[in-house]
Amino acid sequence: MRWLYTHFGDRIFAFILLLLATGVMALALLMAYELYRGGSPVLHGFGLLGFALDTQWDPVRGKFGAWPYILGTLIVSLSALFLSFFPALATAIFVAEYAPKWLAQIINFLLDLMAAVPSVVYGLWGIFVLAPWLRDKVQLPLYFWASEHAPALLPLLGVPTGYGLMSAILILASMVVPYTAALARDAIALVPKEHREAAYALGATHWEVLRLAILPLARGGILAGAFLALGRAVGETMAVTMVIGNSHKLPYTIFGGAATMPSVIANEFTEAVEDLHLSALIAVGFLLFLVAMLVNFTAAYVLRRQERLVKGAL
Amino acid sequence: MVTEALDVHMESRRLVVRYGQRVGVGLGGGVTLPIYRHKITALIGPSGCGKTTFLRALNRMHDLTPIAKVDGEVLLDGENIYAPGVDPVLVRRRVGMVFQKPTAFPTLSIYDNVAAGLKLVGVRDKARLDEAVEKALRAAALWDEVKDRLRTPASSLSGGQQQRLTIARALAVGPEVLLMDEPTASLDPISTQAIEDLLLSLKDHVTIVIVTHNMQQAARISDFTAFFLNGEMVEFGPTENLFTKPKDPRTEAYITGRFG
Amino acid sequence: MNREEGIVLKRRYRVERLMKALVAFGTLLAFLVLLLVLVYALVQGVGALNPDFFLQDMRPPGERGGGLRQAIVGTLIVDSLGLLIALPFGLAAGILLAEYPDHPINPYLRLLSDTLNGMPAILFGLLAFVLVVKPMGGFSGLSGAFALGFLMIPILARSTEGVLSLVPKEIREAGLALGLPRWRVILSLVLPAARSGLITGTLLAFARAAGEAAPLLFTAFGNPFLELNPFKPMDTLPLRLFNFAISPYEDWHRQAWAAGLVLFALIALTSLLARWASRRF
Repeated sequence: MRWLYTHFGDRIFAFILLLLATGVMALALLMAYELYRGGSPVLHGFGLLGFALDTQWDPVRGKFGAWPYILGTLIVSLSALFLSFFPALATAIFVAEYAPKWLAQIINFLLDLMAAVPSVVYGLWGIFVLAPWLRDKVQLPLYFWASEHAPALLPLLGVPTGYGLMSAILILASMVVPYTAALARDAIALVPKEHREAAYALGATHWEVLRLAILPLARGGILAGAFLALGRAVGETMAVTMVIGNSHKLPYTIFGGAATMPSVIANEFTEAVEDLHLSALIAVGFLLFLVAMLVNFTAAYVLRRQERLVKGAL
Repeated sequence: MVTEALDVHMESRRLVVRYGQRVGVGLGGGVTLPIYRHKITALIGPSGCGKTTFLRALNRMHDLTPIAKVDGEVLLDGENIYAPGVDPVLVRRRVGMVFQKPTAFPTLSIYDNVAAGLKLVGVRDKARLDEAVEKALRAAALWDEVKDRLRTPASSLSGGQQQRLTIARALAVGPEVLLMDEPTASLDPISTQAIEDLLLSLKDHVTIVIVTHNMQQAARISDFTAFFLNGEMVEFGPTENLFTKPKDPRTEAYITGRFG
Repeated sequence: MNREEGIVLKRRYRVERLMKALVAFGTLLAFLVLLLVLVYALVQGVGALNPDFFLQDMRPPGERGGGLRQAIVGTLIVDSLGLLIALPFGLAAGILLAEYPDHPINPYLRLLSDTLNGMPAILFGLLAFVLVVKPMGGFSGLSGAFALGFLMIPILARSTEGVLSLVPKEIREAGLALGLPRWRVILSLVLPAARSGLITGTLLAFARAAGEAAPLLFTAFGNPFLELNPFKPMDTLPLRLFNFAISPYEDWHRQAWAAGLVLFALIALTSLLARWASRRF
């Protein structure tokens, strides 16, 4: 085995690594390719834009338009991001600035936990606790109030079943908090201490230091965290599927059911018997791939710019 | 030479700063040091001698470091800034600070950087802000270079300009004392010259305490010099005396370059 | 300090207190749902937990008793197989990125690995469906393992690269100075030096995959009976939880809560083990 200890051994080792790494790269390319290929009967039939913008999804009549799912994904993920942003930023500020060390450790642990709790467990809670509660305590009272005082609102509100956009958004908002919070926390911690002291030396209070010196320098990290959370929200499947009501009838209403790109795949894939139906679902997967890639690249781009800003600040 | 009456503006009395158990400044009885009004006092000594730690005690910056503990007194116009009930925010408003690295807030414009301190204390009047910003930038000898681009981000300035911007920012709130922690350490010789000229022009209005590891700088610009070594103040006196006839052999060793 | 400034200062401190309160309130809000979920899973799940839950397979609705043995065993098998599939690829990619920083394929490897990392879990299921289920002609535990393996690869690559880059370069230099070839230095010095981090990363990837249902919906598919043959459809806890939760039967709902609790315990346990490993080794 002496030859393994020559230059030759190193080359074999590097070659094995390269081979396996090529497998990793092939996996990413395969995902794009196979999703495109699997969806191509539909993508070719309707055209990418035609498929994405058509509002009709009717497997029985062989009509497939993904717009209801794209719209549902956009509404659910952007609303969830919007709702989660303030609590996530507050958590980041609290951990990095206000909490004593022991409390910060607990909160960091809880953030990890929040990201680790399986989606189906959130969904379970959504089905049996959140949705019924929303229906009885929020939607029905609102519905009755609207039907007496503002009937014009009723078409906007929809049927108060509890299972629909509202529940999906709330569940999702609480699931994506840790992504924004963790990146924002790290960005705040990376602000050079000279900037913090410079603001204090001007006679600033703690909050004024945050506003003047820390948050502006950390804003890129906060933004990148928001994009990362958006990426998670776009692809989140189980919890959303379990509470969103799975209806693709447009227009969506606030209380009523809706569907997202991942939720329609999860719901219909095993029941799809027609080849075209299967192909349409894979095509939705292809669209989801494109959206996820776009969001994640934006996050990476923002993060790189942030690193340059912090480096340049001193 | 006309002798003018010296007026004590700030004074540390038996000041001790501890980091944990053993490390700190003034552990052997504390540092007592007068800082005279409208003079430049230089703190010199080898690195790690405690000069910066001492400086940071003069505007309660150690409050920001949980493990740092300050004992003794720092009098500002006769009142102890460490007395119970004294708000460090107000202390720092009267005793400003400039750091080694230029810390212009990079996302704010040049104008907003200078106006930042005034806006904190509630100045909203545009005319008053404009006037104060111009005055501070002129005092910091930066006005001519930036007057046409006050709205551009501070990050567009060079290192030396940014340092003068942070001086302008500190001056804008009208401090009585300006603490400077090696303000020229990260600058080129030309910018250093500009800052030194600036300090000399400022001392008619502001009391200045400057930490420097550069003895020539201390000799060039300061009126008084304190020499620190191993966390203790070894010697304090008029700069000329300290550099020409030091009383302590350790001071002599340092200024003649035998260590540090 | 003049009067005007005193008034302003009071206002500034009011803002300070208000912001501090807002930040604390926002933090509480952020954890509200997590805590509610945990409390409910505990309260609802504990009632349905008994030895049978681990020792018996599921029963049809209406029949009392039974457990979820088939799902627990299935989770362990599918997840472990997935880890076996992912480990060589994830480790190799991580080693290449950390130990051969100038390798010409690294920019592409990092880009594509990061792309995979950001992909929704369900897409890994679709990929495994196209690559494994279709050629094999049916759903199987193995195809589920591939889906989870695909999902774990970029996670492992990233954590491996991270922990290897923390190994002091003196260790490598010492080995090379002894005349060891690079591959021996990496295998015998660098990887052992980073083993606690590698174990932690592996456990966390395992825990992450154990909770996934989306990639298994149309790969492992689920199975009401205990199945040890990976070429047949297999059950897992997340899958079973999902099916029970959307069913109309109360018995199954109770089991779903118990499954949620067990799943949570499994993941918390793995995470704790990972933390312990990072200190112990």
